[in-house]
Amino acid sequence: MSSPQAENSTRGWPLWEVFVRARRGLSHQHVGSLHAPDAAMALRNARDVYTRRGEGVSIWVVPSSAIVANSPDEKDRFFDPAVDKVYRHPTFYDVPEGAKHL
Amino acid sequence: MTGVRTLPPLVGYALALGDDALILAQRLGEWVSYAPQMEEDIALANIGLDLLGQARTLLSYAGAVEGAGRDEDDLAYLRDDRDFRNVQLVEIPNGDFAVTMARQLIFSAYQYELYTALLDSGDPTLAGLAGKAVKEVDYHRDHATQWVLRLGDGTELSRARMQAGLDQVWPYVDELFDPADAAGLAGVAADPAALRPAWERYVTRVLDEATLRRPEPRWRSRGGRSGLHTEHLGHLLAEMQHLHRSHPGASW
Amino acid sequence: MGGGVYGNYDTATAGDSATGAVSEDARRHFDQLIAADQRIEPRDWMPDAYRKTLIRQIAQHAHSEIIGMQPEGNWITRAPSLRRKAILIAKVQDEAGHGLYLYSAAETLGVERDELVDLLLAGRQKYSSIFNYPTLNWADVGAIGWLVDGAAIMNQVPLCRCSYGPYGRAMVRICKEESFHQRQGFEILYTLSHGALAQKEMAQDAVNRFWWPSLMMFGPPDDASSHSAESIAWGIKRFSNDELRQRFVDMTVPQAEVLGLTLPDDDLRWNAERGHYDFGAIDWDEFARVIRGDGPCNAERMRRRRQAHEDGAWVREAAQAYADKHAPRELAEARAS
Repeated sequence: MSSPQAENSTRGWPLWEVFVRARRGLSHQHVGSLHAPDAAMALRNARDVYTRRGEGVSIWVVPSSAIVANSPDEKDRFFDPAVDKVYRHPTFYDVPEGAKHL
Repeated sequence: MTGVRTLPPLVGYALALGDDALILAQRLGEWVSYAPQMEEDIALANIGLDLLGQARTLLSYAGAVEGAGRDEDDLAYLRDDRDFRNVQLVEIPNGDFAVTMARQLIFSAYQYELYTALLDSGDPTLAGLAGKAVKEVDYHRDHATQWVLRLGDGTELSRARMQAGLDQVWPYVDELFDPADAAGLAGVAADPAALRPAWERYVTRVLDEATLRRPEPRWRSRGGRSGLHTEHLGHLLAEMQHLHRSHPGASW
Repeated sequence: MGGGVYGNYDTATAGDSATGAVSEDARRHFDQLIAADQRIEPRDWMPDAYRKTLIRQIAQHAHSEIIGMQPEGNWITRAPSLRRKAILIAKVQDEAGHGLYLYSAAETLGVERDELVDLLLAGRQKYSSIFNYPTLNWADVGAIGWLVDGAAIMNQVPLCRCSYGPYGRAMVRICKEESFHQRQGFEILYTLSHGALAQKEMAQDAVNRFWWPSLMMFGPPDDASSHSAESIAWGIKRFSNDELRQRFVDMTVPQAEVLGLTLPDDDLRWNAERGHYDFGAIDWDEFARVIRGDGPCNAERMRRRRQAHEDGAWVREAAQAYADKHAPRELAEARAS
């Protein structure tokens, strides 16, 4: 499915990636994304959407387009400085949390 | 039962604060699945849940102090309109998103000052509730502020609607700060009039930044604390109470 | 945004439109990952058909959560106790959150949420048929928690191991929250079925109306399901519709006995030979009708969603205008793709 720019009024709300540090001593984990018009709203929305169970101590929101990433398969080109577009940073989980109990 | 039955001061006070929170939670519940953005459905539900939590604590406490065997549900579902002690601001219809945000700004800013004052209440239950609630309403106030700023200083259309929203709710402001009978509540209740200056400073700053005009209403609401409400409360309660009242004594 | 962030639109690395050499290597790598039950992540090459199927499935799942808020939200203002009101608000709020997690997963495949919502409103993407039924009494809230969320869990647990990483991770998050919903639904019905006669009748009425539509939630029978074989091969779908439906019946019948409620199926009985419950024939005509738009609430569900979206346009535009005025630098960066 291609992505023509949708012509409606949330078209202008950019996508933000959300990182939450649930407790002191842990590091921030990528938990998902959301749409917000600006950073202030993104932070508040992230608090509502991703920490509803009081899971978050610290929240980072980053415009998705600000994230620069390698591609795990581009082994030989990892350090190629000629990055000409933004990439999403890969998020690696060894085992999905809680999968065993389900 | 008509007319506000005479209650011990602390019971009446807890009910007043609890009814404010309960009725506003009820109004916010009406926004579910209808908010302007999905993230906002969650935000409004969060605020509604916080308020409902405050209401349950306050109503349960009122019932316990009264000692007549009424629990939170008896108080919420079996009182008639004339026995509710909420201010009229919280019972008026939601209107559009601007009206709702105008009300949220005014009321959350009021609750922030109220609970801040109650942190020093001589009543441990009220002080304890205030400790938790002041953080909640700080967030509610911030949320409303963010939206009033964006709607006020957004597009021409949004400014017009935000101004209209303020104009619609402003007549209900004075009632929040009307002096209350403090008999029997010394050191326990917060003096409503004393909350106003800080409230004014906060709200004025927001309106200025949002390029909105402070309304000058030609009338003001009166009587909510004495059980004199708008015609809206009856309909709200009919919807809220109907199922519970249809099955007297039932457990849910 | 343009979707470039997730890398899957680049014609240089995109699926089947890549050059022959890249495509063959990439295809082999993809197949190896699938065969080894490893995760496909947003930056990986994937066949167009895999991406399309995932987008459809994830989006429809997300739409279901959002639309599902309506029948349940219908009882928030009338909940018969403050505790039940609080639990219901929390549940509906969770559903909104689940929808957002899922849209977020779909967006890693290079679509925008608004496009997906447009497809929903245009009737080109679906949502779970169960939400086209009305909630007519309070017990329906319990029935939805017990049966509908129960069915959803049956479907969702295997999806936690979906081959596509973001979808699997969203499902893990959702599953953690979903079991609370099912327990609450069961508890509502248990209280009713052990309460006054009118309450017991209310509960039985709800179950009578929601049982068959819940079975239909698992989709058409395996031999009639067009998407299944492919989805199973790609690790998107772990079990067939009929397998999940059977598991659901086996799990639910004993629970109904605990509730003291009957299930409206005269053919329901334990089959010792098979080790499963036999159950009656599902009315697939009704299912087809409802999926097509001719269910009791389809029009209303769409109307409400469309109205929320349209009535909210001025609010969203205002937020955008404010951001343009006050945070031009961030917004420029965010729009830089």
